[in-house]
Amino acid sequence: MSISKYRATLSRFQSSIALFVLCLALSILSDKFLTVDNGWNVLRQISVNVCISVGMTLVVLTAGIDLSVGSVLALSGAVAAGLLKNGIELPGNDLFIGFTLLGTIVAGLLTGGFLGFFNGAVITKFKVPPFVATLAMLTIARGLTMLWTKGYPISSLGPSFGYIGTGWFLGIPVLVWIAAVIIAVALVITNKTSLGRYIYAIGGNENASRLSGINIGKVKVIVYTISGVLAALGGIMVTSRLDSAQPNAGISYELDAIAAVVIGGTSLSGGRGTIMGTVLGAVIIGVLNNGLVLLDVSPFWQQVVKGFVILLAVIIDKANSKAE
Amino acid sequence: MLVAEKIGKRFAGVVALNEVSMELPPAKVTAIIGENGAGKSTLMKILSGVYPEYEGRILLDGKEVRFSNPKEAQEKGIAIIHQELNLIPDLSITENIFLGREITNGWDMLDKKSMRQKTQELLNRLKLEVSPDTLIRDLKVGQQQVVEIAKALLTDSQVIIMDEPTSAISDHEVEVLFSIIENLRNDGKTIVYISHKLDELFRIADRYVVLRDGQVTESGSMEGVNHDAIIKKMVGREIKALDREQRKFGEREILQVQNLCLELNNGGRQKALDKVSFSLRQGEILGIFGLMGAGRTELLECILGIHPAGCSGNILVNGEVVKLRSPQEAIKSGIVLVPEDRKKDGLVLGLDVKTNISLSTIRRILQSGFLNRNRETKLAEEYTQSLRIKTPSPNQQVKNLSGGNQQKVVLARCLATNPKVLMLDEPTRGIDANAKNEIYKLILELSQSGLGIIVVSSELPEILAVSDRILVMSEGKITAEFSAEEANEDNILKAAIPKTI
Repeated sequence: MSISKYRATLSRFQSSIALFVLCLALSILSDKFLTVDNGWNVLRQISVNVCISVGMTLVVLTAGIDLSVGSVLALSGAVAAGLLKNGIELPGNDLFIGFTLLGTIVAGLLTGGFLGFFNGAVITKFKVPPFVATLAMLTIARGLTMLWTKGYPISSLGPSFGYIGTGWFLGIPVLVWIAAVIIAVALVITNKTSLGRYIYAIGGNENASRLSGINIGKVKVIVYTISGVLAALGGIMVTSRLDSAQPNAGISYELDAIAAVVIGGTSLSGGRGTIMGTVLGAVIIGVLNNGLVLLDVSPFWQQVVKGFVILLAVIIDKANSKAE
Repeated sequence: MLVAEKIGKRFAGVVALNEVSMELPPAKVTAIIGENGAGKSTLMKILSGVYPEYEGRILLDGKEVRFSNPKEAQEKGIAIIHQELNLIPDLSITENIFLGREITNGWDMLDKKSMRQKTQELLNRLKLEVSPDTLIRDLKVGQQQVVEIAKALLTDSQVIIMDEPTSAISDHEVEVLFSIIENLRNDGKTIVYISHKLDELFRIADRYVVLRDGQVTESGSMEGVNHDAIIKKMVGREIKALDREQRKFGEREILQVQNLCLELNNGGRQKALDKVSFSLRQGEILGIFGLMGAGRTELLECILGIHPAGCSGNILVNGEVVKLRSPQEAIKSGIVLVPEDRKKDGLVLGLDVKTNISLSTIRRILQSGFLNRNRETKLAEEYTQSLRIKTPSPNQQVKNLSGGNQQKVVLARCLATNPKVLMLDEPTRGIDANAKNEIYKLILELSQSGLGIIVVSSELPEILAVSDRILVMSEGKITAEFSAEEANEDNILKAAIPKTI
């Protein structure tokens, strides 16, 4: 009993231990790693991935997947940037609608929310597997981004928009504040609300959940909508930070998000996993990226290393659940 | 000669087979007789290598054999034709028959010509007049069954086990099958035949073995045995008498079902439900008995709103017509179901006891919109006490509980919704005798609180023990209704056995 308890405790903290070991190794190998500046740098870098990964976690907990987050991020960021810079001219009426900063942000988030809602509706109404539905959205949203931007970046968005991506508030970068708030809200949703409860139940056993009277379709639509909104939020963060909406922003971000979810111990078959696990997963990926850059490892090798870390995390997780 | 010696098998602590010994001689058809859950399929799966772990020994022609998978059993000449078809719909007959044992030439390339030719020979022998290139999905269910048989014949098996081979085939195909079986017997093969259709057994079987509660209770020659004697041998057991005195129930009809029909898209077979009508009074326990495929589960699913598309007819709760298009709406109207397969449909195994109990009634544990752990634990404790659920704590994962206690957790989840009608599908499947009696006692107690209860079961003693009134279903129809006093094993089973043969 005591051994198995020890094992269970060990496996619960394995990501934290891995992160600690990683940090220890990096601080020995590089004298630039363990500095305040680098610390904020890492946190700022991961804040976008944290937001997307939190949404992805909710989706994966229902045994789904959202491959469209990278494209949704690009489109939402571009919509916000475009509206801020150019507004909308309605042809014919000579009507011009300008947007305030808040208005553009809301419009960006609504764009992501609508695309996520569309994903959820297709998945539940037409029984399209999430992989396929969101794969389709991946190219749809990317195409729309190209149409909206005509293939060119939308840049020079002004200092007040830039505050989101580069500003500081109470001694902490605004980006980190946003990620922290998202984490907090997600923790409340998963632990304290019926929505969270239903998310775990559906992922654990969809049949039993349906027979228990849970409205499966509604829950799934909400979850994909949340994922879309969080991807859009990521889009606004990225756009603000670069002071530019790039038409090919966010490419392969879905993979980083899935990696964070998986390293964080969430089961891709649903029903098992935590928000904090995902956050740790995102931090591990971020630290790893940062460390490899500091150590002057070529970007090509960085990808190889990241891939092996993901494999290792899943293999260890499998071994643990077997031992259980 | 295939001999089983003291075969034992447990599932999660529940005894499925207990020291089962039998001899299966060549050139004979041996019928294995027993109720659902008696252990027939488990035994067959052990003999054919599906379950590699068991106690006891299997002897084939005097030598002990132990199979770690069905392929090994096949290689030793034991083939099984499963009740569920194990064919791949998008492959052809030839490809299915040779799956895993393809004929190849020297360069490991498929020798399609000789496989096709062999398949053609088999199909001729079985009088199935279709091309070997036909895809399985284009065959009728009966024809698919014949393909399964062809698969068993291909390996020239010495022992052929047939588990309900006629459950889905037409009279004509049954005749063909029987002549095949006779030929195989004359060739000296050992045939093991499982069927609920007793008439078939009289026609085809030479010997019988009776399994009851995982034990062999009797065996002998079919000669001189009649229909009623077989039924007696199958059932035999008495359930510990429950205290059924002072059964009283209200006059009010809490649930009425009128002309319920269900058509499922499963290849245009007969209706799954055909004009089913009945009513249920407050405090009454209505037993519904039926053999496999009788439509009993479909009936409950229809009432719960799982098949809104194919289902027609009226459902009235307290005299008012309700349209139930989803389990959610059914639960709102006061109808709940404890499903047949609790692991697949009843529980979220990875979550804990309290979460499972509150799943259908999450509103009861919300406080200003947020889950309240205290209320949740209280709710769970209320039911773990009243239903006597044995769990170390409400935080225990459900998968760690015994079958009987898992079943009680499902029951608790259903009762927490304050239902008017409680439907239980096979409420004691896969749980041990003590837990069974516990569940029966609970059902009686619950009915006394004014709940209308429907118990669907394929176990006769169970139906007889708990029901105030009994409906018998066969082939999607209600074929008989008995009061608790009139009902006995004989008349129920007679009404339940399909008349198509």
